[in-house]
Amino acid sequence: MESKKKGKDFCIFALPGMFCFFAVVIIPFLYGVYLTFTDWDGVAQTKNFIGFSNFIGVVRDGQFWLSLLLTFRYVIVVVILVNVLAFAIAWLLTRGIKGQNFFRAGFFTPNLIGGIVLGYIWQFVFSRVFVNIGESTGWKLFEISWLSEPNKAFAALVLVSVWQLSGYMILIYVAGFMGLSEDVLEAASIDGAAGWAKLKNIIMPLMMSSITICLFLTLSRAFMVYDVNLSLTAGGPYGTTEMAAMHVYEKAFTSRQFGVGQAEALILFIVVACISGLQVYLTKKQEVEA
Amino acid sequence: MMKQTEVGGTRKKVTNSLAIAALVVLFIAYMFPFIMVVINSLKQKRDIIKSPFSWLYTIKGLSFDNFVKAFTQMDFLNAFKNSLFVTVSATFLVTLLAAMLAYYIVRNKNVISGATFALMVASMIIPFQAIMIPLVSIYGGTLNILNHRLTLIFMHTGFSMAMSVFMFHGFVRGNVPIALEEAAYLEGCTHTQTFFKIVLPLLKPIISTMVILNSLAFWNDFLLPSLVLTDKKLLTLPLSTYSFYGTYSADYGTIMAGLLLCVLPILILYVVLQKQIIGGVVAGAVK
Repeated sequence: MESKKKGKDFCIFALPGMFCFFAVVIIPFLYGVYLTFTDWDGVAQTKNFIGFSNFIGVVRDGQFWLSLLLTFRYVIVVVILVNVLAFAIAWLLTRGIKGQNFFRAGFFTPNLIGGIVLGYIWQFVFSRVFVNIGESTGWKLFEISWLSEPNKAFAALVLVSVWQLSGYMILIYVAGFMGLSEDVLEAASIDGAAGWAKLKNIIMPLMMSSITICLFLTLSRAFMVYDVNLSLTAGGPYGTTEMAAMHVYEKAFTSRQFGVGQAEALILFIVVACISGLQVYLTKKQEVEA
Repeated sequence: MMKQTEVGGTRKKVTNSLAIAALVVLFIAYMFPFIMVVINSLKQKRDIIKSPFSWLYTIKGLSFDNFVKAFTQMDFLNAFKNSLFVTVSATFLVTLLAAMLAYYIVRNKNVISGATFALMVASMIIPFQAIMIPLVSIYGGTLNILNHRLTLIFMHTGFSMAMSVFMFHGFVRGNVPIALEEAAYLEGCTHTQTFFKIVLPLLKPIISTMVILNSLAFWNDFLLPSLVLTDKKLLTLPLSTYSFYGTYSADYGTIMAGLLLCVLPILILYVVLQKQIIGGVVAGAVK
């Protein structure tokens, strides 16, 4: 009787949620590993087992490695800029000034809007507004659209990402700053800690748990950038700003090389998992209790 | 540099006004793209190209024509309805199922619940890109159920399940006293009744957090819906923006109006629910 009831509970409470999770995440993930060993092209009825050929295909896909390298450059720049900027703004916001909540809400706004729309908004700013500033002031920086030149298009992508992500991180850093104990800060000031020394020796260690979270979020988001990449530069000019996530998409759905695309997706997943794991391990070690 | 004054209070005031000045400059810089969209959505293409900054002195071109055009061209009402239907259904489904599953896992310690929870936590680092290709292969090829809004709702539910269960799990373990449930059983309640009458009301804070996080994610998602829905009648707002932009990208005024229309519903909601949304996002991140 009791075990029958247990079985019924399991079916009502656990099964529906588990079914969705397994059907959408786990089974496709495992099936994806299997796909990397087949020559499926997305249409054919039959899939032939071809061993490690797809992984050899990945090694030979120079464009993939270029996009991965570019993604690394992008992630490093974005993660540093986002966190420095968000940390600084959060620090400014928590000095007891008026309108703190208004500012905080405003900075967060870009996070409410999908990457596709944000990318289009900035495309207009870069290709029309900035060019117009260049025309009327003669500034070389804005003479031509940033999006038409590889290095500047990369900078544009970084700028938009930093603009978007920092608002989110500001929220987390503000929560961190507000959790700092007044007593500890005051004691530090009385002991003569000020400016840089206070920031480095007192505030930073106490903020480490916020820093762990923010680094993790920015790392994983930056690595997987797709929407803004697609709508702002679409990989252009001439594929010079095609990030890894976009390359995977193109490989599978445009070039119809599903096996190679999936193998690249898995490699990207392993890279991201290792790097975020390492980051959490390293920054967690720095965390201290007040 | 500011001259340091002897009196601490004055010095603090000076640095504070510097902080405010810095914040105002940064704030305007952050808002700049939005300001550009609003101004230019009211102008005609000619005026936009000539001077994207002008607002006042080219009154001649100021009109709401762009909005009317964008509204019809991107089939706004239909896309809005699709987005609303998908977001509301998926949010409801994932919140309910995740709460039930998390509750089950906390209260029933066995191999299945332990393994499921561990698997869910581990799966949270899998990026969508590592799953999308087999996903299309299974649901598009074998099952052939792409191009239905219900399929998208099901997938949204599945993808947010792990994160939602994780959040509910932490909350149930910390904030739901088992004594209450035991009292309910003594009164003759079944497990299901106990959950809906006793436990669910206690979960309100975490429910509102999860509703905010999930509905924002579903509303704005692009990649998953773009793989599932291709039929023009089914497109959600981000998808219809994408196809609309592809067709009219040179028609700046209409584009700006279209983008503004897309952003508007969520901004209005933000103005009303600002405190809850910010609170929810912080709670979701810090966990």
